[in-house]
Amino acid sequence: MNAPLGSLDRPNSYIGRAVTRPNAKRLLAGRGRYVTDLVLPRMLHAAFLRSPYAHARIVSIDVEAARAMPGVRLVATGADLARLCTPWVGTLDHFKGMKSAPQLPLPVEEVLWSGQAVVAVVADSRAQAEDAAEAVLVEFEELPPVADIDTAREPDAARAAAGIEDNLCFRSRLDTGGIDALFAGAAHVVEEEFHFGRHTAVTLEPRAILADWDASEGKLTVHHATQTPYQFQDLYSRHYGISEASVRVIAPDLGGSFGMKLHVYHEDMAVVGLSLLCRRPVKYVADRMESFVSDIHARDHRVRARMAVDDDGTILAMDVDDVTAIGAFSTYPRTSAVEGNQVIRLMGAPYRFRNYRAELSVVFQNKVQTSQYRAVGHPVACAVTERLVDLAAARAGLDPAAMRERNLIPDDAYPCSSPTGYQFEALSHQASLVRLKALMDYDALRAEQAALRARGIHRGIGIASFVEISNPSPAFYGIGGARISAQDGATLSVTPSGEVRCLISVTEQGQGTETIIGQIVADQFGVAREKVRVITGDTEITPHGGATWACRGAGIGGETALQAARRLRDNVLALAATILQARPGDLDLRDGIVVDALSGAERVSLAEVARIAYFRSDTLPPDARAQLSITHHYAPQGYPFAFTNGIQGCHVELDADTGLVKVLKHWVVEDCGRIINPLLVDEQVRGGVVQGLGAAFFEECRYDDNGQLTNGSLADYLVPMACEMPDIVVGHIETPTADTALGAKGCGEAGTAAASAAALNAVNDAMAPLGASIAQIPMTPERLLKSLGKI
Amino acid sequence: MKARAFDYARPASVAEALAAFAEADGDASYIAGGQSLVPALALRLQAPAWLIDIGHIAELRGIAVEAGWLRLGALTRHVDAHDHPLIAAHAPLLALAAPHVAHPAIRNRGTLGGSVALADPASEFPAMMLAMGAEMEIAGPEGIRRVPADAFFLDLYQTALEPGELLVALHIPVARPEHRCAFDEIARRRGDYALAGCGIILAMSGGVVEEARIALLSVGPTPLRAHAAEAALTGAALDADAIRHAQAALMDDLDPPDAPEVPAAMRCHLARVLLGRLLAQIAEAA
Amino acid sequence: MSATLPVTLTVNGETLTRLVEPRETLADLLRRDLGLTGTHTGCEMGVCGACLVMLDGLPVHACLTFAVQAAGTEIATVEGLTESTVIADLQRAFHERNALQCGFCTPGMLIAAQGLLARLPLPSRAEIRDALSGNYCRCTGYEAIVDAIETVARRRAAGETAPAFAEEPA
Repeated sequence: MNAPLGSLDRPNSYIGRAVTRPNAKRLLAGRGRYVTDLVLPRMLHAAFLRSPYAHARIVSIDVEAARAMPGVRLVATGADLARLCTPWVGTLDHFKGMKSAPQLPLPVEEVLWSGQAVVAVVADSRAQAEDAAEAVLVEFEELPPVADIDTAREPDAARAAAGIEDNLCFRSRLDTGGIDALFAGAAHVVEEEFHFGRHTAVTLEPRAILADWDASEGKLTVHHATQTPYQFQDLYSRHYGISEASVRVIAPDLGGSFGMKLHVYHEDMAVVGLSLLCRRPVKYVADRMESFVSDIHARDHRVRARMAVDDDGTILAMDVDDVTAIGAFSTYPRTSAVEGNQVIRLMGAPYRFRNYRAELSVVFQNKVQTSQYRAVGHPVACAVTERLVDLAAARAGLDPAAMRERNLIPDDAYPCSSPTGYQFEALSHQASLVRLKALMDYDALRAEQAALRARGIHRGIGIASFVEISNPSPAFYGIGGARISAQDGATLSVTPSGEVRCLISVTEQGQGTETIIGQIVADQFGVAREKVRVITGDTEITPHGGATWACRGAGIGGETALQAARRLRDNVLALAATILQARPGDLDLRDGIVVDALSGAERVSLAEVARIAYFRSDTLPPDARAQLSITHHYAPQGYPFAFTNGIQGCHVELDADTGLVKVLKHWVVEDCGRIINPLLVDEQVRGGVVQGLGAAFFEECRYDDNGQLTNGSLADYLVPMACEMPDIVVGHIETPTADTALGAKGCGEAGTAAASAAALNAVNDAMAPLGASIAQIPMTPERLLKSLGKI
Repeated sequence: MKARAFDYARPASVAEALAAFAEADGDASYIAGGQSLVPALALRLQAPAWLIDIGHIAELRGIAVEAGWLRLGALTRHVDAHDHPLIAAHAPLLALAAPHVAHPAIRNRGTLGGSVALADPASEFPAMMLAMGAEMEIAGPEGIRRVPADAFFLDLYQTALEPGELLVALHIPVARPEHRCAFDEIARRRGDYALAGCGIILAMSGGVVEEARIALLSVGPTPLRAHAAEAALTGAALDADAIRHAQAALMDDLDPPDAPEVPAAMRCHLARVLLGRLLAQIAEAA
Repeated sequence: MSATLPVTLTVNGETLTRLVEPRETLADLLRRDLGLTGTHTGCEMGVCGACLVMLDGLPVHACLTFAVQAAGTEIATVEGLTESTVIADLQRAFHERNALQCGFCTPGMLIAAQGLLARLPLPSRAEIRDALSGNYCRCTGYEAIVDAIETVARRRAAGETAPAFAEEPA
């Protein structure tokens, strides 16, 4: 553990404090500025005609009637946009053997999923664009849809897309050796086939983009509801052949993202081309029905897994076969294989066992593309592992908590690595378990459960340990050839009045990025928090960086801000020393005043230093360095990822006659290293848990055999709502990473990572006396009633 | 997701509304609260040439008791079913069902007349009209007629309303002192369309069921009366045996649709569980 | 193409007339014609609650009401309720409790909360959750929102008043 950054009672000590978010006030006043709100002069609106078929050949397109409709400015087909935009392929070099069909903004010959945009209409209003889209005539020739993961892999299976030799996008194997023998000799073997439904992110603000091509200047400005403006600057520049410096991407307020808004979407690429063709601003906001058939989906895994256990309950080995279904191609630029890759590498990660074998098959099918969404792969790996641990505990005659005490990696065993090759710097599984049991009053809950069972009330208690990946280094994407930055950049300036402007590449989606960056800068520079203005999300203003994904904002963005603030402080003190004819090392900056470091006596205000630097440089000696702006970049060094850990507990009551489950309470103990703002961390965790509980009980994109999404509306795809969600108790262990001065790791995905696993174990715990079990999420009433033999 | 274009009329009387419909050659929809119609228009599932807004017709308002009947003007809102003292006193089943209808903001604008005229088999109020033995007052070119609930709900979204006819009011026989009622539904989330729902009115005399009216929602193409279950209860002491018999008889009343997520057997099972629980609740309170 | 119609209504205390297409929803009118973009649309079918506004004092979905239907009514949006300070205490409690993240659901949540507290001044947590049953939030997990509303109910019951939200320091 590294030394504390400073005590909380010194001036400007903000790191570790629960402070409110300054930028939340305008959202509360209805003054948010989301892309959906933006209006530009002469702005047009786009709508799309979409494919009714999961797989079809485009025979002909007749746009004449649509072109004649009121308000219509442009009707564009795939061929029109293919003349402007180069195709993309969603593969990464370090995923050997991976393949995917090239993609264009709109299809030219073949549609690959039901709901794919086929023809674009641009009109004066969205309603007019929709009117005209209805008038476009497309003749399709239906092709057989690939919808089943097993038949898709048969040698003579129909292909999900032309131009791929088979439906296997990617395959990966891990094997530490000798697995079969270990299983043959184990005292207990437990096994299960798990099914994880398709989810989607359902951000409340749908995807939104407003592209503005100014032909006079040759400049493209894109207002884009995205987490990653720099990535899109690069992509629009390269695929449309516009110089990078002439592409500006602005990400203003964003109505939710969760990983969904950093992928390339066909409509978004099309809208850039439509603006180029119209030479006017073109706006597209996906409506909710479009969101369900065009936002990335996630999960959709079938996992067959087994665990070998010794006589005394010691886990010996795991053996895993994961088949995951993606779309008909791999998502660009992050691919659709990362999730499966993380599933097989995160299996068993909290536990001591060293023997592991896994096979991953990533399969194409004619459904919406899948890719990274909050807690990529974690919930699947966690649920499989934790359910097997519970099954093994029952077999070995151990309480689930005792089973984990025996098998979790000891807190003094670090550094160490997982059998899948992940390197752990320092985690706190055992301490987290102790803390969780205390928070839950675990033994009392077990006693209450037994008493209630005697009265026919079926309550269940589930626990789930987890490991979360955060702070990814270039080993994540950069190594695979993707132009996705692992570093972040910040530009810090002292203004002429002695305030601070911080332009930083990490972005804000409401999780509090700007707030924590402001806390860090104020703390490390030495001014009141109100004096720091943080600005994010504009490629023309903020330095290039990775932005926000994979829980990197606090760990990497925060360290960038910390180092930048210290550098700027040094510059200020150097200049003050010149002014005061003192030595920089004898000075300190506290609450906006340069003071004598030892005595604390005030020497000169920051405002005065800035005034002299900006307006009276004539009074400074010729060799004075009045550098009151600095730009600083930081990329993770040391460990390739900063792993975090934690454990969750879930308490449920099952109505065995209706199959309804009431979540009574949920607990989380998590260790994200240095906590910069406990208020924000707790709410990240709670929000994450609720997304996990949504997965556990409600959320699933359901398809029929023809590849048609059958519940693609917000009335039919059930998201978690207030009445069904529990109060959530959050506790913390702090194990800062020694890789950075800040010591922070990520916390945004921890809640989602293990909530569904804890719920799965809780429901199974409730059902155990009834002789029923379930290995599928969501745990719908229908599935539970079937398992209980009621229907 | 924008509705197709339409023209809009805002008649001030029932007569004007009927005339406006006739003028539109039948290519028109009445709109009151619009809480079901507006989504259908936004999704372009419906696209009438004219929308006739009946939301400002005074004749369609009013909650009053007249000669043993509670008259609810068609524009009575869901929130009134929730809150209005006359409804609580004289149609307690409606008040019990109201909190389950969608969400507060929908209830502030949705109307009972609109809900009954739409006749969604998953909606609470149409089924409760059956349970309460309500009569629908309908205005048409030929004048006013009254149709009992049992003859009103014909098939999926099909009612006794002829094109152009307007539901004017709901007439509900006022609850009698010997009435015991109960309502509940099984929904995955609060306010969702129920997997099954049930409203019951029992006329009780000394622990014996003299008359039973049971209506279910979400178990078929229309809201439906559970005649077999009612018959099983009538004349019986409301005890565990009677409840079991009623549950068994209920299976003769049901023929729900089959869907992968909610198989027919599941709806039957849930309806049976619900009926048992509600009857037990009435028995316990007696 | 249908005829446009003049609509006169009162929005945030100001009576105004606009020419609208009948198919234009109240949400469209507020957002597009009046620039009141605090009213959000998340589903356009009455499921998510992001578009709630006060219509004659009661929360309703602006996406489920055509602008022409709203003629003669009084509408209050989050902007108007902010300026009149009637929800200043709710805004302050949401801010203190971090009962919002992306903020897209927040105007609808505030209006649902205001509607609840007008009907039921001291609701239980279960009643608060029930009142929010039609308001979707993907970020917070709801608990902080419930906490904030519970806090305001208590403060109002104790007779506390809040200064205008926008004038308080962050």
